[in-house]
Amino acid sequence: MSVFESLSDRMNHIFSKLRNKGKLTELEIKQAMREIRVALLEADVNFGVVKDFVAAVSEKALGEDILKSLTPAQQIVKIVNDELVALMGSKHQKLAVSDRPPTVYMMCGLQGAGKTTMCGKLALYLRKQGKKVLLVAADVYRPAAIQQLGIVGKKVNTEVFEMGQISPVKIAKEGIAYALKNGFDTVIIDTAGRLHIDEALMKELVDVKAAVSPAEILLVVDSMTGQDAVTVADTFNKTLDVTGVIMTKLDGDTRGGAALSIKAVTGKPIKFSGTGEKPEDLEPFHPDRMASRILGMGDVLTLIEKAEQAFSKEQAENLQKKLKERSFTLEDYLEQLDSVKKMGGIGDMMKMLPGMAGKVKAEDIDEDKLMRAKVIIQSMTPKERRNPDIIKGSRRKRIAQGSGTSIQEVNQLLKQFEMTRDMMARMQKGGMKGLRGMRGMKGLF
Amino acid sequence: MGFFKKLAEGIKKTKDTIAKKLFYAFSARELDDEFYESLEEALLAGDVGVTASESVVEELKERAFREKIKSPENAKSVLKEILIEDIEYEVEEYDYPLVILLSGVNGVGKTTAIGKLAHMFREQGKSVVIAAADTFRAAASEQLEVWGERAGVRVIRHNEGADPAAVVYDAVSSAKARGTDVVLVDTAGRLHNKKNLMEELKKICRVVDRELPNADFRKYLVLDATTGQNGVAQAEIFSEAIDLDGIVLTKLDGTAKGGVVIAISVELELPVLYVGVGEKLDDLIPFDAKDFVEALI
Repeated sequence: MSVFESLSDRMNHIFSKLRNKGKLTELEIKQAMREIRVALLEADVNFGVVKDFVAAVSEKALGEDILKSLTPAQQIVKIVNDELVALMGSKHQKLAVSDRPPTVYMMCGLQGAGKTTMCGKLALYLRKQGKKVLLVAADVYRPAAIQQLGIVGKKVNTEVFEMGQISPVKIAKEGIAYALKNGFDTVIIDTAGRLHIDEALMKELVDVKAAVSPAEILLVVDSMTGQDAVTVADTFNKTLDVTGVIMTKLDGDTRGGAALSIKAVTGKPIKFSGTGEKPEDLEPFHPDRMASRILGMGDVLTLIEKAEQAFSKEQAENLQKKLKERSFTLEDYLEQLDSVKKMGGIGDMMKMLPGMAGKVKAEDIDEDKLMRAKVIIQSMTPKERRNPDIIKGSRRKRIAQGSGTSIQEVNQLLKQFEMTRDMMARMQKGGMKGLRGMRGMKGLF
Repeated sequence: MGFFKKLAEGIKKTKDTIAKKLFYAFSARELDDEFYESLEEALLAGDVGVTASESVVEELKERAFREKIKSPENAKSVLKEILIEDIEYEVEEYDYPLVILLSGVNGVGKTTAIGKLAHMFREQGKSVVIAAADTFRAAASEQLEVWGERAGVRVIRHNEGADPAAVVYDAVSSAKARGTDVVLVDTAGRLHNKKNLMEELKKICRVVDRELPNADFRKYLVLDATTGQNGVAQAEIFSEAIDLDGIVLTKLDGTAKGGVVIAISVELELPVLYVGVGEKLDDLIPFDAKDFVEALI
């Protein structure tokens, strides 16, 4: 989730320059606005949207109170934040559910946006909510697209309905009949990628829509798309009246400007974002949180939600107990490392902490180290794991050899373990305040 | 249909393109600030990027001043010259045996481009083998086999999840044994910020270097024409990993005109070799800088 990382770096830089100045002149504010404009353009935010955005921010930022204010930089950050939220919409919008089953979701988009992969992710997400999901393969054009959906479906344990390469309208209709007969309450229809200017193929989508009356028509958009993203979204929206947008590939170093423009241009909310190659790499999109990530203010809410997904309630209670009794062992630590991985790795977590966004660089964090730590612990005997204090010279040597690492690395891991134990104990006492102690962790990875 | 015609048709299909914005800019009466501003805006709207747009506009200003150009019509031809200069390269002709590797992020059309390249070389009477080294994406090899069949070309594949370098090894060995002219290597889409996957790509290149040391080995980045400024980062990072020789620009049949290649050219000096303009086998054509700029403006 390096989403918006570089945009947030740029913004941070602009604001920190302002902060250093105390009172601001009109010229300085104008200069900052120019820099914001360039940062947004380089993030591929649509130039028209940028123009309006900068105009709106400028107007408010050049008001009397800001020029006179003693903390003008703070106020400008707030204005930018408010405008970003206004641009993207404020709250997360949930998927609609039909009164009468099955609820049908229809996916559409350009070639290569990631529709088929997204179908699998969405199926898994909905299954976790207790839905019985059927995937329908209506991409009859791309070679092997039906097979791909079949494999994706298998990975997420979801049945795939297919009829080979016949009319997509017929497949969609039959798929829904099949769902009704077999007790599926949710149907996701994968359609072929198509250019928004291809009238014949766009008409086909209109026909599918008419045949199945979907609860949602979700437009899948590649976050690396440039200025054309809004044209594409606009055309799909005008033809099909889409109900929401899903951004894919937000785990690249993309600055995700398309995500900023689309809501502004189409008025349709972004509902989810795809953030990795694994089926579970799907996040509900929260515009307000995204705005605060862009401004380097972190996203603690998402972090907590991810933690809740990665830990079961018992696990958490167990951990709390152990921390209280100071009986947190390397075995527990191993479990923690797995959870960190489940949460997307240390790098992702750090970036969601307030004030960390601009400070953690992807290259600073070596996720392999997590793997090595795991291997080192796995090379210890159960006795050693429960009682790390007994790990002295010869044991260290054996562990290093057993795990294919060096004694230094074993030492480092043990030190890291101690620090983590202390830090977690502190978090226990201090809540969020304790969390800030995590900044010390940066040096460890 | 020629390159220019195909591109021009693409442009005609849309109502709100860079071409229209440029047309508007050039309908100004004189070369004033407003003209340059609307010109820059048109370039930005075409994904040319802030740095490259500014540098193009600055150069135009300078030349207009130096050559005493007053009318927008004349400025237009100067702008074309500037852009052509930016993206025109001398490219060395192919030697055989030839290995072409296509890399790129997910969903840019690598597999399709491989199929089209295979067809192109077959038309030239070359023997071709394809290495299906995308062992990650579900059904990628099956997709490639369909393309292989269409182009009448052998496809070497392993099972899903196999080591891509091993697939390439097999394809290269088979090419050596049979004296095949061209080996085309399809790779899995990868986001350029994933370190392990970039290492895997290097490993594939090492296999080719070791097994076919005398081959002409070209490494291309496949870039989706709708990509924005992220394309520059893609080109930069893939280049760092495997020293790219050029770019294949795909999906140029949409409304986007691939302006990002100007940014890449200005910042990284990487030539565009081919462009994909449609979904049929022969819809991959050699890039022509003059035609590209003509179609753009």
